[in-house]
Amino acid sequence: MNISDIIKPENLVYEKSKLQLNTIMHYCPGCSNGVVHKLISEVLEELGLQERTIGVSPVGCGVFAYNYIDIDWQEAAHGRAPAVATGIVRTNPDKIVFTYQGDGDLASIGAAEILHACNRGENIVVVFINNGIYGMTGGQMAPTTLEGQVTSTTPFGRNIDLNGYPMKITELIAQLPGTSYVTRQSVQTAAAVRKCKNALRKAFQNVDQKKGTSFVEVVSTCNSGWKMSPVQANKWMEENMFPFYPLGDMKDSEKNAPVSKN
Amino acid sequence: MGELRLMKGNEVLAEAAVRCGCDGYFGYPITPQSEVMETLMELQPWTTTGMVVLQAESEVASINMLYGAAATGKKVMTSSSSPGISLMAEGISYIAGAELPCLIVNVQRGGPGLGTIQPSQADYFQAVKGGGHGDYKLIVLAPASVQEMNDFVELAFELAFKYRNPAMILTDGAIGQMMEKVELSDHKPRWTSEEVRQKWGSWATVGKVPGRPHNVITSLELDSGKMEVNNLRFQEKYRKMEAEEVRFEEIMCEDAEYILIAFGTSSRICQKSIELARAKGIKVGLLRPITLYPFPRQAVANLARRAKGFLVVEMSAGQMIEDVKLAAFDAGLSLPVEYFGRMGGILPSPGEVVEALEEKLIKK
Repeated sequence: MNISDIIKPENLVYEKSKLQLNTIMHYCPGCSNGVVHKLISEVLEELGLQERTIGVSPVGCGVFAYNYIDIDWQEAAHGRAPAVATGIVRTNPDKIVFTYQGDGDLASIGAAEILHACNRGENIVVVFINNGIYGMTGGQMAPTTLEGQVTSTTPFGRNIDLNGYPMKITELIAQLPGTSYVTRQSVQTAAAVRKCKNALRKAFQNVDQKKGTSFVEVVSTCNSGWKMSPVQANKWMEENMFPFYPLGDMKDSEKNAPVSKN
Repeated sequence: MGELRLMKGNEVLAEAAVRCGCDGYFGYPITPQSEVMETLMELQPWTTTGMVVLQAESEVASINMLYGAAATGKKVMTSSSSPGISLMAEGISYIAGAELPCLIVNVQRGGPGLGTIQPSQADYFQAVKGGGHGDYKLIVLAPASVQEMNDFVELAFELAFKYRNPAMILTDGAIGQMMEKVELSDHKPRWTSEEVRQKWGSWATVGKVPGRPHNVITSLELDSGKMEVNNLRFQEKYRKMEAEEVRFEEIMCEDAEYILIAFGTSSRICQKSIELARAKGIKVGLLRPITLYPFPRQAVANLARRAKGFLVVEMSAGQMIEDVKLAAFDAGLSLPVEYFGRMGGILPSPGEVVEALEEKLIKK
């Protein structure tokens, strides 16, 4: 059998989203970011939101997100994506605006911006990749690094006396009345990927219905930063990250009335 | 004739913003400019023109809100005072690097640090030499009256969009707080979404439509070769501004032997000093740079050819004087260039300026 006998429309079982550009990704093999990009592309395409969506990429591993999804993008300063998104959505209330941020960007340098954007109930989606480490700069401690976890700036493991506690920022954000939907997902199995996609779909639908902030954390692996194989990293995440960062919805205010902004 | 009113400079900034069709203001309270946002909140322009007004959680957030909105082709502004502008420096550098048009107003107070809440001009270097990291320039306009606080809002937006570059109105607590007669501009409608798409759709993130590649607003370029090309493009733009956008005013310079050089509040003080000096028989004139960047280098050189000396009067330790000396030096001219100024929120008096003129230039 020839390959051209196989590649036929009637044999198609899967095709990548039309919103996924053909740029080769810079992410390490095994990284969760690529899967989340795929899911965002699929959700935006399925909801028909391509022409209305503006993405805001962070500083960190997600900085080049704009090279991979075929929508208009803005690249924000480190931690400032929620402020940038606020500026976009306040002056363009008809647009679907989302930020894509890692744990260093969102929970450390951008802690003020994310808390206040969520507290104002800005009508945006926040996608929060939590892999407990600074991937882009080479594996330093993040606010979400677990106690005892070895990173390049905690070579003997995170020491609470020295470094403070790992931060459950998503739990904090769920307390804010401006957020309508706060959930924690993962993408290490096919089942988890499907759940995560449903969460992202709900988040974008919420924003389309002007329900305020929808916040989707994705507990992720950084096998390069963690110095593990992709398979080991998935196992380590399940055994160590999930007990501290339990998966599931923290808040889902289906009944939230549409929020009107000046 | 437009509507005449007696208003504070800060209040006029707010009125002018609404009237020129501004789409959004993002700011954080700081003395001596809080009246800008207070006035806007009282005007409630979102109920009339549709302009958005938002009190941000910090200056860091406001400048990044500006980035986001400006990147969609909207006409947006912020205002702050010196310590707040320092906090914005990061965002301003990103805005310059991403080539976004917007207006930033600095109603200066005395520094360094928390300093004082009284007027100062000590942020000249920060405004015209950069302030944030990297090679960039702001278009810097220095109003010397409440009327110019009105006029320069629209002018700043015009220049910002013409060059896709952030513009700054560099003023101070004296002009921000003082009341003068002002002729307000007529109301102009905000650009419609369709107008924004037509004017700025080639670069602005207005939503990706079929038939064009997606628009990406970024200051990032990891390929050094490409980043140098970006820098060369910025520099070419700055050279064009230097050739085409210099603005200045000369007062009684025709027969002047000595020239005072001052901008903003200190130029107002110097106008009185000229009267006092001329009453004493000293032939003195004033050069008032209106654009601090691009700096009126040619005007300085022209005056340097015929004047006996310059006295640069600043509410700082002497910052603009460096640009005056460079302009004269680059034109191959040598003449005495002296500084007089007060710092920390003190205004020089007209008499002090004349004394300094006599002391530093005439008696020598």
